[in-house]
Formats: sequence, structure tokens, C-alpha cells
Amino acid sequence: MTPNTADSGWFESVDSGDLTGAADAIAHGSANAPSEWPAQAIDAGFADDTDDYYATLRDATIEAAREAVAERQQADDQQLLHAVRAMDDATRTANELAERCHEWAATQFDDIDSGIDGARDVASREPTDPLEERVVSLAERIDDLATEAEELRDFIERLAPDVAPNLAEMAGPVLAARLISLAGGLDALAKKPSGTVQVLGAEDALFAHLAGRGPSPKHGIIYTHPAVNGIRPEDRGSAARALAGKLSIAARIDHYSGDFRPEIHDELDDRMATIRARAGDGDGGGNVDGDTEAGQ
Amino acid sequence: MTDLPDGIQRREFDGRTRLATRGEPVYGEPTDGEWRCWDAGRSKLGAMLESGMEVDLTGGEGVLYLGAASGTTVSHVADFAGPTYAVEFAPRPMGDLLDVAEARHNLFPLLKDARKPEAYSHVVESNLEVLVQDVATRGQASVAVDNARFLADDGQLLLAIKARSEDVTADPETVFDSVCEELTEAYEIIDRQRLEPSHDDHLGVVARKR
Repeated sequence: MTPNTADSGWFESVDSGDLTGAADAIAHGSANAPSEWPAQAIDAGFADDTDDYYATLRDATIEAAREAVAERQQADDQQLLHAVRAMDDATRTANELAERCHEWAATQFDDIDSGIDGARDVASREPTDPLEERVVSLAERIDDLATEAEELRDFIERLAPDVAPNLAEMAGPVLAARLISLAGGLDALAKKPSGTVQVLGAEDALFAHLAGRGPSPKHGIIYTHPAVNGIRPEDRGSAARALAGKLSIAARIDHYSGDFRPEIHDELDDRMATIRARAGDGDGGGNVDGDTEAGQ
Repeated sequence: MTDLPDGIQRREFDGRTRLATRGEPVYGEPTDGEWRCWDAGRSKLGAMLESGMEVDLTGGEGVLYLGAASGTTVSHVADFAGPTYAVEFAPRPMGDLLDVAEARHNLFPLLKDARKPEAYSHVVESNLEVLVQDVATRGQASVAVDNARFLADDGQLLLAIKARSEDVTADPETVFDSVCEELTEAYEIIDRQRLEPSHDDHLGVVARKR
């Protein structure tokens, strides 16, 4: 993996003219300490003179950086958006088919559970006639589809922290992917005001409210976040507003800068602790006393 | 006022005297013939030079630039300096930095983490004259200390400290004092100055390697 032993220059085991090898050595090599590399490269016959050395170094560094950027951009927001939509479609379709399968299988077999587990149970059976063969075959497809949905979830959990490190840390990888998907991309999400982020996924309720029918929605998809659904109902609006604010900051950092900022996560934790503490102030928090110190 | 190297001039843009270097325009900055304006509002190093801090540049120096981002500032540095190594960790701005590097013969982009100098010690040469640092991460002083290995004995550090990256809640002056204190492990501080109004809660530091 590392063509350079410690304390030799990137050019040490690279043939002059081999741009790919040079780029690889720059990307993956290392050394404990720098040295007079240009002079050493000339002594070693790798370069004719300093100008030649710098020209080669320039081509190699540009090539190395270009490759690394391309590699990391495979992990882009659009891939995440497709993955989360595919996961939702696969899950929904698997559930629908499982219902159909359950209804049908109940006419053939005894003791069949409903849902994906029931379909998996049917899929494991040995069919004894052509009719059972169809039912078992359908159940196998459902099993595959449900497995695909689980694998898509694993994939999203690996991909999201690369695409949006802060958003994935704060929201969890799947909710991060859903927010990106609802907004249409990370850059679109980064440009949305936090009030919009707060109600993403609650468009029906929002437009009903704007048309004068119904109250304004307190939260959209961010309801799935424990900071919102783990809090007593009268504080959910505040929690959703605070979370949405921090999520939109996280999305902006991920889009415009891309580096991980631990401090914004601490700020959210502080804010949530303050909101949770209201329940302990004795104004009818009910049985939540013991929960106020619970982590997320 | 700072003596500027030949590669940097003060020129008139839109009725104001501003810094300028010669090179391919990068970010839609105003130009005057072959000179392009160095916008101090978008560049902390630009703000340090414009405000006349004790920076000692003669042109043609070997430079290591940490936190090159999209290349706004490093493009100006490469215009007047010699070999310029530009380290940036995030892939998205690196895409823009590559365009800047394509248009210059002495700019070497490196997609590396400035907190891990071993990962580029096999590429960046020793005995450089200048280390420029503008990284928005916690531990800015230790990054500067770790990277002192690339500097020549009396090499200069030009550092922009972002208070909010160290501690959002603390008073910026307290943060600046503690960062400067930590810097003295490897550097002697020559000059320090707040970069307001162009950059809130930032301190410019000029230091020399001990």
C-alpha cells in the first residue's frame, strides 16, 4: 500500500514519466519528517533540475487530488437520495406484498403470521403442489425484497457520514438521508430556512394550514428524531424548532465546508437539556421526572 | 506599513487603494490590466497584509498553506511566492482549488489533513520560508506547532486564528491568549492583531520559528 518507507520522498520508487504511480505515491505515502526533496530527486536522477522536479510534482499532485476528489464524490448526495427512496419503495412494496401473501397463504397453510416475518416463514416451506409452489415463490420474492431494504439501510448508514458528516451525526444517517431526499439534494437543503426544514415531510398539513384549515404543523419528518418524539407533547414544538435550526446549520457546514464540527453537536445537546429541564420544573410533567436526565 | 514584495502592489480599484497580484482571475475579483484585486474581505491573509502587520515577504518564498479551501487566498500567494504547497481536507472545495492549480505552475494541491503532517511529509519539502495557516478546527495552535517541521530556522508563521473554532462560548480574547501561549512552544510571536471589521472574532498572528 505504501510505496515509501519512512523518510524517503514520494518519488523514491516511482519511474519518471509514470504519472499514475506518482499520484498513488503522493496519495498513499508518508514520512516522519520532510527533507530537501527537490535536491534529493535531482541527485537520484528522478529530475533533471528544480524546474523539471516542480513540473513533475505539479502534474502528480493535481492528478492525485483529482482522483481522490472523484473517489469521494462517488459518495455524493444524489446517491444517498436514490438509496433512501429505493429503501422506502422496497420496504413499502415488501409490506404490501406480504399482506397479499398472508391472505393467500392462509388458505393453504395453518398458523401463518402476517407481515414480513410471516412471508419469510412461508418462504422456508417445501411446496407439495403447484398451488403451494406459487405461494412459496411469492413469499421468496418478499423475503428478497425485505433483505434488499435492509441492505440499503446498511448502505445508507455507511454512506451518509461521508456525504454529510455533521447532518448524519446529528440526525442519524437515515433521517439525514430522508431530509436530503425531501429537499432534493444537500445543496437544496443547505439553502432552506430552518422553518422549512422543521416541516419537511409535513407538506399536506402545512398547506392545509395555509389554506386556513387546521393548525400549523409543529414538525415534519424530524419527528422521528428522539429529541422530538422523546419529549412531552407540550415541549415538542420548541424541541422541533431548536433541532431544525441546528440541522440546517449542520447541512450548511456539510455543503459549504465539509469538515466535522464537534461544537455544533454540543450546542444542540445543551439546548435540548434546557428544554427537557422544563418538564422537571413541576408544571405538570407527569411521570417524566426520571426521564429528564436521559440521554438521546 | 509592511514592505510588500514586487509581486504585490497597492492599486486603485473602485476608488479605493487595495492589494493586487498578477495572475489568472479566480473568484470574479476586479482586475486592472494583468493585476487582480486581492479582496481583504474574503482573505484573512489579505486583511493581515492590508492592515500593515509585521509581515516579512520578499517574493519567491517556498510556502506551505494549510486550509487552502477553494483557493481564493492561495491563488494570490502562488502569484508572488515560489513553490506553494496547498493542503485542504475537504473534497468539495478541492474541486475549485484544482482549477486554480491548473492555471499556475507553482501550486501543488494536496488533499490531506493538516493535523497529520506525516501524510504529506514525503511530498512537502523542508526549509520553507513561510507557513500560512487558516484552518477552522479545534486545536489550531497544535496544528501550527506540528507543522513547524517544514519551516526553515527563522521561517515565518502567518496564522489566522478563528476563536469560534476553539470554543464558541468563551470570550475571543481569552481564546486568542491561550492559543498564542501554546504557540510559544515552537514560535516567537512578532505581531498580533484583530482582523475586524472584515473578519469577526479572528486574530492575525505573525510569528517566527524558534
